Amino acid sequence: MSNLDLSPLLQRLEEYQPQGRTALLPALHDAQQLYGYIPQAAAKAIGQALNVPLADVYGVIEFYSLFYSQPVGKTVIHICNDPACALAGSEALFKQIRFQQESAPAIDSPLSLTVEMAPCLGLCEHAPAVLIQGQPVARANRQTWQELVSGKGERPSSMLGGTVSILTANCGLGHTVELSEYLDLGGYQALRKALNMPPRQVIEEIKAAGLVGRGGAAFPTGLKWEAAANAPGEVKYVVCNADEAEPGTFKDRVLMEDDPHSILEGILIAAYAIGAQKGYVYIRGEYLLPYQAMNKAVEDAHQAGFLGNNVLDSDFNFEIEIRRGAGAYICGEETALFESIEGKRGFPRLKPPFPTTYGLFGKPTVINNVETLANVPVIIRKGSAHYRKLGTEKSPGSKLFCLSGDVVRPGLYEIPFGVPFHHLLYDLAGGVRPGHRFQAALFGGAAGAFATPDHLNVRLTFEDLKEAGLPLGSGVITVFDETRDLRDICLRLARFFVEESCGKCYPCQIGTQRQFEIMERIARGEVQKDDWERLQDVGWTMTDSSLCGLGQTAASAILSAMKHFPHLFQPV
Amino acid sequence: MSETIRITIDQQTLQVQAGSTILQAARQAGIDIPTICYHDYCTANGLCRICVVEVEGARTLQPACVAQVHDGMVIYTRSERVLRSRRTILEMLASSVDLSEAPEIQTMLQQYHSDSHRFPDAEVRHPPVIDDNPMYIRDYAKCILCWRCVQVCAEDAQYTFAINFSGRGYETQISTFYEISMPESSCVFCGQCVGVCPTGALKPKRQWLLEMGYTPDDIMNLTRSQRQRRKRREEAAARTE
Repeated sequence: MSNLDLSPLLQRLEEYQPQGRTALLPALHDAQQLYGYIPQAAAKAIGQALNVPLADVYGVIEFYSLFYSQPVGKTVIHICNDPACALAGSEALFKQIRFQQESAPAIDSPLSLTVEMAPCLGLCEHAPAVLIQGQPVARANRQTWQELVSGKGERPSSMLGGTVSILTANCGLGHTVELSEYLDLGGYQALRKALNMPPRQVIEEIKAAGLVGRGGAAFPTGLKWEAAANAPGEVKYVVCNADEAEPGTFKDRVLMEDDPHSILEGILIAAYAIGAQKGYVYIRGEYLLPYQAMNKAVEDAHQAGFLGNNVLDSDFNFEIEIRRGAGAYICGEETALFESIEGKRGFPRLKPPFPTTYGLFGKPTVINNVETLANVPVIIRKGSAHYRKLGTEKSPGSKLFCLSGDVVRPGLYEIPFGVPFHHLLYDLAGGVRPGHRFQAALFGGAAGAFATPDHLNVRLTFEDLKEAGLPLGSGVITVFDETRDLRDICLRLARFFVEESCGKCYPCQIGTQRQFEIMERIARGEVQKDDWERLQDVGWTMTDSSLCGLGQTAASAILSAMKHFPHLFQPV
Repeated sequence: MSETIRITIDQQTLQVQAGSTILQAARQAGIDIPTICYHDYCTANGLCRICVVEVEGARTLQPACVAQVHDGMVIYTRSERVLRSRRTILEMLASSVDLSEAPEIQTMLQQYHSDSHRFPDAEVRHPPVIDDNPMYIRDYAKCILCWRCVQVCAEDAQYTFAINFSGRGYETQISTFYEISMPESSCVFCGQCVGVCPTGALKPKRQWLLEMGYTPDDIMNLTRSQRQRRKRREEAAARTE
C-alpha cells in the first residue's frame, strides 16, 4: 500500500484540522469512503492532523464495526440477523449471499464482495432487510441477486398505521417533506411562538405537558431541560439522539426520512429554552438515508434563516451539526454518544455527573431522543392542555409503536397512550399472520421483556406496562406466533449483546459472552446441569452491577423468558 | 471541605468527610471492600465492579471506589445481591483469563467461595505472548483489562500514548497502533505499565526469561549486544553468499 495517494484525504483534513479530535469519526468516514477501508498511512495522517495519539486512532477504528482497518470487498453487504428479520428468513438469505461471496473474485477486483451479518438495521417492517453499500433493500429474499447488486432492489417506503397522526402527520407521503412543504403544513410556527415566549415559559409548557423521553428511559423532558437551563456555564449543547439501534425499533428512521424539519424544530426550541448555541444530531452509521435527509434539512433551514445567527430575526443564534455513528449500539447510551462525538471509543461514562451538568465536551447538555423532540413543536404549537387531551393522566400524548415479526401488517403505528395491546395487534395491525396464533411478543427490543397471551389486555401506557412488568422502552413490539422457538430468539438477543458490549465493565464484557455460550447450549438442546443457575447468576450480576444501561438490560429479555417459559431452559 | 456527614455501613453508623467515596469511608471503618481495577494513583473508572455495594434507595449496586457518600446513606457491603455479583464476577474472570499470577484475585476467589470452573466450555482469551522488545513482554492471556497500563501510558502518568485498545466487548485487547511492535510505537520503555499490571500480563523481560528456566548466565549470553553481534555476523555471512 506504499502507492496510496493521500492527497485527497489531506485536502479534507485541512478543513477538519481546526476542530481537532472531535472530527475523528468524520475524518475516518471520509478515509473509508476514499480508500474502501482505512489504511494505516491514512490513519496516521488523520492522527497527525487532528492531534490524536495514533494508538487512540486505532482504538477508535477498532471500536466501530463499520470501520475497517483491513481491505474489504468493493461491495459490502450487511444482512440483518436479529429477531424480526430472522423470522422472515434472513438466515437462508445469508447462506445464499454468502455463496455469492465465495465465488466472488479477490478483494482487489471491482467485483469483490464482503458479506457480513449485522445487528438490527432498523428496517424490521421490511424484513428481511439488507444494506448494500449502505443503501437499504426491503424484503431482500424476494429480489434476484442481480437486482440486489445493481441497486435495483426494493426500496423501503414507510408503512404507517394507527388511530392518530400527530407526530407522523407529515410522514408516509412517499417523499421527504422539504422546507417549503413543511412551512405550508404549518411548520416552524411553534418555533416562532417559542421565540416570543421567555425560555422559562417554554420549559414550563413542556413540564405541564408531562412529556417524558421516548428513547426508552422515560425521564421527564421538562425536568431535564430545567436542570440544563439552571446549570452554570455559558456554553451549552442540545444533542438529538438518533442512534436508534434497539432491535425492532425503526420509528426515528421514519421520522427523520419523512419529516426531518420537525426534528430540527424540536431541537431549536429545546436550544432556545436552555440557552444552547450549538446542537448535534448523532445518527447511527447504518442510517445513510436519514443522514442525508437531515443534512439537507439543516442546509435548507440555514438558508431560510431558521438556523445560524439571529434565528427568525431574534437574538437567538444556533448551529446544528449532523454526525454519523459507525456501528455501535452502545453509542445510543447518552454518555457513550458524547464520547463518540468527541472522537473517542464509545465507552459509557460513570454517572454522576449527569449530562445536564457535565455532558458533551464537559458542558451542560440536553440529550433527547428523536421522537421526544418531535413532540416538542406539537406541544408548543397548541399548548400543553391541548396535548394532554390525548393519552392518560400519567402518559399524556401519543406514542409511536414499531410492530414487526409475525404480524399481518408490520409498520409504524401512532396511537394515543392507553390503547390496549390487543387493539393495536388485532384491530390495527391485522393480528398474527394467517393460520397462526399469538405465542409471545418482545416489548422494548433486546433490552426488553416478553409478553405472553395473559398480557394481551394490557393498556399501552407507562403505568400499566410497569405494573405488568413490561418495559415500554422505545415502543418496540416484535410478535412471535406459536411456531417460533423462543430459545432461538433468546440466542439471537444474547448474540446481539456479545457483539455490542463495549467491554468496559466486567459484568457485561464477560457476562454477555457467558450468557451467549449458555444460550447456545440451550438452543442446541444440550442443556447442562446447573445451566439454569449459571444463567440466573450471570443475568442478575449484569443487571445489578453493570456500569451502564446496556449491561443492566443485557439479560432482561432472557430473564423474562426464564420466568414465563421456564420449560424452555430445562434439559430435554 | 471538612464538613462531616453521617452514614451507615453494615449497621455501623459513621461520621465521614463529605465528598469521600464509599470505599474510603468503609476503609476508615475497617470494613474490607475488595477492589481489582482500582489503583491509588490511577483515575478510578469503576469498571471491574468487584467493589459494588448495596445502597438503600438505589436501583442498581454502586461501585464503592467512585460512588460518593451522602448524608444519611445506608450501605450494605455484604448483602445477598452484593455477594452474588462478586462471586459471579470472579468466576467469570477465572473462566476468561489465566489468573495464576494474580494472587490477590486468587485470594478473593477463595473468600467469595467462587468456583473457578463454574463455566464449562467457556471461551478463554489466550492470545500468544508478544515478545517484541528487550525490556518487557506482553502476555495478554493474563490480561484482565483493568486499563491501568493504558492510563499510566496516557494522562495518568507518562503522556506517551503508545497503547490503546483493539476490538471491543469480550474481544477487547490492549494494542498499539495497527498492532505495530513496541519499538515502532511511541513507547519510551518507562516501565510504568509493567509496574501497575496486577496479573503478570506485563513483565520485565529478565524476569520472564528466569521464569522460563534460563539461568542468569544464559540471559547474559542472550543480552542485546550479543544478539546483535550474532545477527550482524549472520547478515554479513548471508551477503557474502
